[in-house]
Amino acid sequence: MINRGFYTLFYKETLRFYKVAFQTILAPIITTLLYFMVFSHVLEGRVMVFEEISYTSFLIPGLVMMTIIQNAFANSSSSLIQSKVTGNIVFVLLTPLSYVEFYLAFMLAAVVRGIVVGVGVFLVAICFVSVPVHSFLFLLLFAVLGSAILGTLGIIAGIWAEKFDQLAGFQNFVIMPLSFLSGVFYSIHSLPPFWQFVSHLNPFFYMIDGFRYGFFGVSDTSPWISLAIMVVAFSGLASFAIKLLKQGYRLRH
Amino acid sequence: MTAAISIRNVKKSYGSLEVLKGVDLTIHRGEFFGLLGPNGAGKSTLINIIAGLAHADSGDVSVLGHHVVDDYRQARRALGVVPQELVFDAFFSVREVLQIQSGYFGLGKENSEWIDELLDALALTEKANTNMRALSGGMKRRVLIAQALVHKPEVVILDEPTAGVDVELRKLLWNFVVQLNQEGHTIVLTTHYLEEAEKLCDRIAILNHGEVVALDTRAALLQSEICNKMHLVIKTAEEVVTLPQQLAPSVRKMVKQIDGRTIRLELYKDKDAIVDVLNAIAAVDIQVVDLETERADLEDVFVELTRKRASE
Repeated sequence: MINRGFYTLFYKETLRFYKVAFQTILAPIITTLLYFMVFSHVLEGRVMVFEEISYTSFLIPGLVMMTIIQNAFANSSSSLIQSKVTGNIVFVLLTPLSYVEFYLAFMLAAVVRGIVVGVGVFLVAICFVSVPVHSFLFLLLFAVLGSAILGTLGIIAGIWAEKFDQLAGFQNFVIMPLSFLSGVFYSIHSLPPFWQFVSHLNPFFYMIDGFRYGFFGVSDTSPWISLAIMVVAFSGLASFAIKLLKQGYRLRH
Repeated sequence: MTAAISIRNVKKSYGSLEVLKGVDLTIHRGEFFGLLGPNGAGKSTLINIIAGLAHADSGDVSVLGHHVVDDYRQARRALGVVPQELVFDAFFSVREVLQIQSGYFGLGKENSEWIDELLDALALTEKANTNMRALSGGMKRRVLIAQALVHKPEVVILDEPTAGVDVELRKLLWNFVVQLNQEGHTIVLTTHYLEEAEKLCDRIAILNHGEVVALDTRAALLQSEICNKMHLVIKTAEEVVTLPQQLAPSVRKMVKQIDGRTIRLELYKDKDAIVDVLNAIAAVDIQVVDLETERADLEDVFVELTRKRASE
């Protein structure tokens, strides 16, 4: 049976972004579609990444995944920092919710936002170009795990940050570069060996690569390795976030 | 009988600043309890520790017998806290805020009737579907109170609930809180309006520099030796502009205010005799036509206690 307290916090976190859907759902869909239109217009026919797959088709999974992870991070991190700065976090801290329930509610709401925006981008993009689906299970696994990882990172960043400025720094100097340099717009095989090695150190690479495998059945690295890395990353980050919440780090003084 | 709130030797420091220096307090069930103290005395820190918003460095706190750390779920179910700051969630309407808060405590539709009652009692029914952002400060304050009560807690803590609130709303709030107390809720109140505490609270604790410097019933505090001040108000036959030079210096020191035909003096019960004061005044040809004494109020006790500690 679902605990009502947990469900309420989860519901509130999803209702929060739904109430400002223009900003939280529509705006990222439009932004991603602009990337899609510009890059596909400039590079279609000039770049071939996988055999028999057009560049525009290749681009879609990467852009969808990038949108999913960026929005999952934005959801949990912005909700937490806003609640902390305005002080209304107190309404949750005064309740009998456990730290695990707190974590799960924020993380799952981030997953929902990430996937809703990702599905939105995908549905609009396939109006322009067809994309095969090799394994729906892999698509789902990578979308959920990717958004769960970023949702968890968002919780950690939201707990750590005390000002909007700090959170913006985390977003602009960590999340954005890692997601842009993870092979969204290219295959890492097109890079020099050193940068291929560096790309393998980027955890976001495995999210994009595994997700792309779900569409095309081909990837830069084995999807099982990507999946294993994501499961390990998620477990580590989730444990860390739960530990912070249990300690009340920067929440309960 | 289990205490509403039990606080045992609670210590808390922020860096080198010792905010609570081993506080011991027992608040009984059904009491209207006042927790008073100057700014920085440690009241809010103590409330935060009771509510689980802060961790004590040492000591134990329980609410209705439930330890606030080891058994936090039950302790928080038993407790409703009205925070001092006017905080709100700008995404939601008043009713949504109350439904969400109710849900956190595991309550669903079955609690709707109580939410309606709260809205009605706090004169918020008309604003039930209004977004929190659109409410006035007073209304936001009432929503905070409704949020604290939405799960029907037995113990309610109100941290400065009337700060910046107009007279009419204060009256409404106090009537509501008194009614809650009469229905069996334990009320813990912190306020800067000492006359409110004096009127409402059965027992009062005064906290100063992280220590409980007084803990007694309202009546006992007012009669105690802690404050042996009294006020003597003298009506004179003729208007007094300045005090005559010949007036005994000891009496001159007691004069706090001269207003036309009224002289207000402050005496210490243990060393000043009213007869001596009247004789000294008569000696300088001021004719007294009426006099009145005023007992010390809570403000005197408060000032005296906090002053004493500051000078120690």
